Amino acid sequence: MSLELKNIEKKIGLKTHIYPTNLKLEKNTINILLGSTLAGKTTLMQIMAGLDKPTLGEIWFNNKNVTGMKVQKRNVSMVYQQFINYPNFTVYDNIASPLKITGIKNNEIKERVGKVAELLKLSGMLNKKPNELSGGQQQRTALARALVKDSDLILLDEPLANLDFKLREELREELPKLFENRECIVVYATTEPSDALLIGGKTATLMEGKIIQYGKTIEVYNKPINLTSASVFSDPPINILDIKKNGDTFSLLNKNVKWETSNIKLKDGSYKVGIRPHNITTYKEGQNSVEIKGKILISELSGSESLIHFANSNTNWVSLSNGTHQMNVGQEAKLYMNVDEFMYFDQNNNLINYV
Amino acid sequence: MNKTINQKAWFFVIPVFILVAFNAVVPLMTVVNYAFQDTFGNNVFMWEGTRWFKQILKSERFHAALGRQFLFTGIILLIQIPLGIGIALSMPKKGIGVPICLVLMSMPLLIPWNVVGAMWNIFALPEIGFLGHSLNDLGFDYNFTQQIGDAWFTTILMDVWHWTSLVVLLSYAGLQSIQPAYYQAAEIDGASKWAIFRYIELPKMKKVLTIAILLRFMDSFMIYTEPFVLTGGGPGNATAFLSIDLVKMALGQFDLGPAAAMSLIYFFIVLLVCWVFYNLMMRNEEQK
Amino acid sequence: MSKITLKDLSHSYLDKQNSNADWALRNINIDWDDGGAYALLGPSGCGKTTLLNIISGLLNPTKGKIFFNDEDITLKTPVERNIAQIFQFPVIYDTMTVYNNLAFPLKNRGIPQNEIDKRVKEIAEMLELTKTLYDRASGLTADGKQKISLGRGLARSDVNVIMFDEPLTVIDPHLKWVLRSKLKELHQKINRTMIYVTHDQTEALTFADQVVVMHEGEIVQTGTPIELFEKPKHTFVGYFIGSPGMNILPCEIQKGIAIVDGVKISTSGEIKQKSNFSKTEIGIRPEFVSFDKDGIPVKIIKVSNTGRHKIIDTECKSGKIKVLSHSSKEIPSGSAFLSFDKKYTYAYGDSKIIE
Repeated sequence: MSLELKNIEKKIGLKTHIYPTNLKLEKNTINILLGSTLAGKTTLMQIMAGLDKPTLGEIWFNNKNVTGMKVQKRNVSMVYQQFINYPNFTVYDNIASPLKITGIKNNEIKERVGKVAELLKLSGMLNKKPNELSGGQQQRTALARALVKDSDLILLDEPLANLDFKLREELREELPKLFENRECIVVYATTEPSDALLIGGKTATLMEGKIIQYGKTIEVYNKPINLTSASVFSDPPINILDIKKNGDTFSLLNKNVKWETSNIKLKDGSYKVGIRPHNITTYKEGQNSVEIKGKILISELSGSESLIHFANSNTNWVSLSNGTHQMNVGQEAKLYMNVDEFMYFDQNNNLINYV
Repeated sequence: MNKTINQKAWFFVIPVFILVAFNAVVPLMTVVNYAFQDTFGNNVFMWEGTRWFKQILKSERFHAALGRQFLFTGIILLIQIPLGIGIALSMPKKGIGVPICLVLMSMPLLIPWNVVGAMWNIFALPEIGFLGHSLNDLGFDYNFTQQIGDAWFTTILMDVWHWTSLVVLLSYAGLQSIQPAYYQAAEIDGASKWAIFRYIELPKMKKVLTIAILLRFMDSFMIYTEPFVLTGGGPGNATAFLSIDLVKMALGQFDLGPAAAMSLIYFFIVLLVCWVFYNLMMRNEEQK
Repeated sequence: MSKITLKDLSHSYLDKQNSNADWALRNINIDWDDGGAYALLGPSGCGKTTLLNIISGLLNPTKGKIFFNDEDITLKTPVERNIAQIFQFPVIYDTMTVYNNLAFPLKNRGIPQNEIDKRVKEIAEMLELTKTLYDRASGLTADGKQKISLGRGLARSDVNVIMFDEPLTVIDPHLKWVLRSKLKELHQKINRTMIYVTHDQTEALTFADQVVVMHEGEIVQTGTPIELFEKPKHTFVGYFIGSPGMNILPCEIQKGIAIVDGVKISTSGEIKQKSNFSKTEIGIRPEFVSFDKDGIPVKIIKVSNTGRHKIIDTECKSGKIKVLSHSSKEIPSGSAFLSFDKKYTYAYGDSKIIE
């Protein structure tokens, strides 16, 4: 079972919303679409579902051309950000609704609804109406309705965005388990990189209507093919620096920070590097830790971590350290970057594999 | 799993389809037929082309009726829209007063239009009508059947009584949809009641008001029953608005050709105004 | 600037109260100093917005009193209290320019035009709105509009307290941290009392000097971000703060020592009390759990990689335990033993810390 997008393009008037895209999604994986708010995730999902037609290109499902086939004919479920449920139906009727129109017998409906309700911890609430439920429970009802159909394609458009922080964590943990034993393709759109990393599966990074990279989540994270993919997949945002290499000596563009490393098989010259905030810390880490002085802009404490924004050579840096390090604005501090974790990019912003 | 596709619902539409065909499409086509031809009866038609259209567009009578119509609609809108908004603003937002006010406002809208006309006819009669008699007692020389000014005054008053409630109800709905946070922020900002109206309520009611204006324009432009029952178009031609004049021509003088042409011109004017309105509304949306 | 005191505040939206559940707020007592940054943190429905509206004067409390600088202002209107409130969604005057929006509260107070001009330009500079100062307010992005809301609150120099009701809700996640840092920076610059209501612990912990954690209408714990993280006094605080939250395991207490799954667990303090608790638990954060040769036997269920650390889900007889590991040490598979850092292990009786 597979969903294939062949050269899909979407234009509205003169504006291109989706640039020519090729994507192949396999079953039994959660495919994550990661990108900022207007990157095109919702448009792409609507095209996949059949709610919208692409301007150009074809969609193939299980080796059949389904381009132009209306969503009612395809076997698709969709869950939205805004807990969409039928307000006048009970939870039971909500979950049963997609089954009732197919003419399945009531006994079977009851059994299937019961199973899905248990999976989503709604068994005790089948007689309640959506407005009597909390946000998290409403969203679970929407999820249950999507799952009970046994669809071939399940699309989730930022389903956790309107939930409380803690509820989001809990539901995010449960999601992979919900889709474990189903023969279906799951597509999950989100703006949060941590969602992608914690759910796993495969991730496609999107920016302004283009899919930049698609692959196993941890690989896309560790080996972004270019600077754009690295930026999309970073929260807090990745630090981008200009460096110069001369033999074994590396220096930042303004030459006030220098270090020496061997084993980097790159030609001499200028490069752009990306370094994620957690590789810049207030303590030494790793074997190649380079000291960098900074003027503190702001230090934010978040549970067990400290997010410290500082300025050096006219750039603002972001660092993430373990532990609580309270610093005052304007304070001069020493931080350490783990240069082993640098990602090198060439002049076209593409990743260089130097190993 | 396959969904069963049920096409039986289309059968429910057939009766409506037949009804609409007879009541709308067929008569419209008949009018078009008459507009381009001339007849002496007995189903004998002679092709006239655009003769009737030219005749109507040049006729002074048509211009006069059109002028009266625009004047009437203009005055109506100028009175009813601000009045409607004002009443909506003073209606209570919570509590037992809400259903009471809503019912009071809905009542004028429920009365059949010819009854409205008849009611006001009697109400305004100079001798025995409460309004007519009181006005004359107060020293005004009031007689709507004989004096043009009084006829206009009474017709407008009747329409305001009849239709302002529509604007009230629409504005009220628009006001209710404004989130309390806006009022709270304005309170914190120390804004006066007028500032709240001008900067929060009016902008937020824009969509609803557009619909209200469009509806009132269309209805007042097509007005027939109430003024016909009230004044019959008189005195003379004073309150003969477009539709009344049209009927006079068609049924009174049996000039079917010109009447049909006038109908179509009338139709196109309304269509034109709606189109302009629609584009203005759409442009507003895009600007956002 | 104001010192704020809340005394025995309780509020109910119903006319008659039959049980605790009918009260939105119960017995709130708070003492806040001048110029501090405070946060009200809690899940949806815990009463934090109700409390905020009572402080700002938009709601009159059923019981209790509020004092600004020792003056009883319980029945005063928001205007009389001189407060500013920023709401969840941007509240701006659509038809006005950005300049006029910021000037509005000043105009209403009859301040002379040249002073208004000076003030508006100052605020615009602080919030980086100078470029769009003469544009129509409705044309700005969501974060621009929120900045206008913020600016209107800051424009008045006589403001006692500035209150934020989940202000980053509509902001693009990529920009949330920008606005967060800006708020913190602002607070350090202008030094006015700020109260921030949120369900997002990152926002609360990064913004506030003191956080008030609320649950079901009551204050559960008040403390600095570090205190709340390192020593939660209530299991709810342990669960709610930290991502992932604290591990809570049922335990037995025998002769002053906690026992989980038959293994003795050393806690931070001695368990002296012998009161009869209906339930006793041990709490330890995933950051302070490590793999060891000895300890509680567990089965490894799942390892998730978030890029900067690993979260390992394990299960013991008494329940689930999460481990957060920063090190690059190998994670055992199958079964293992876990030990807890004694310094951060606490015993809880009936959800409250035993000390």
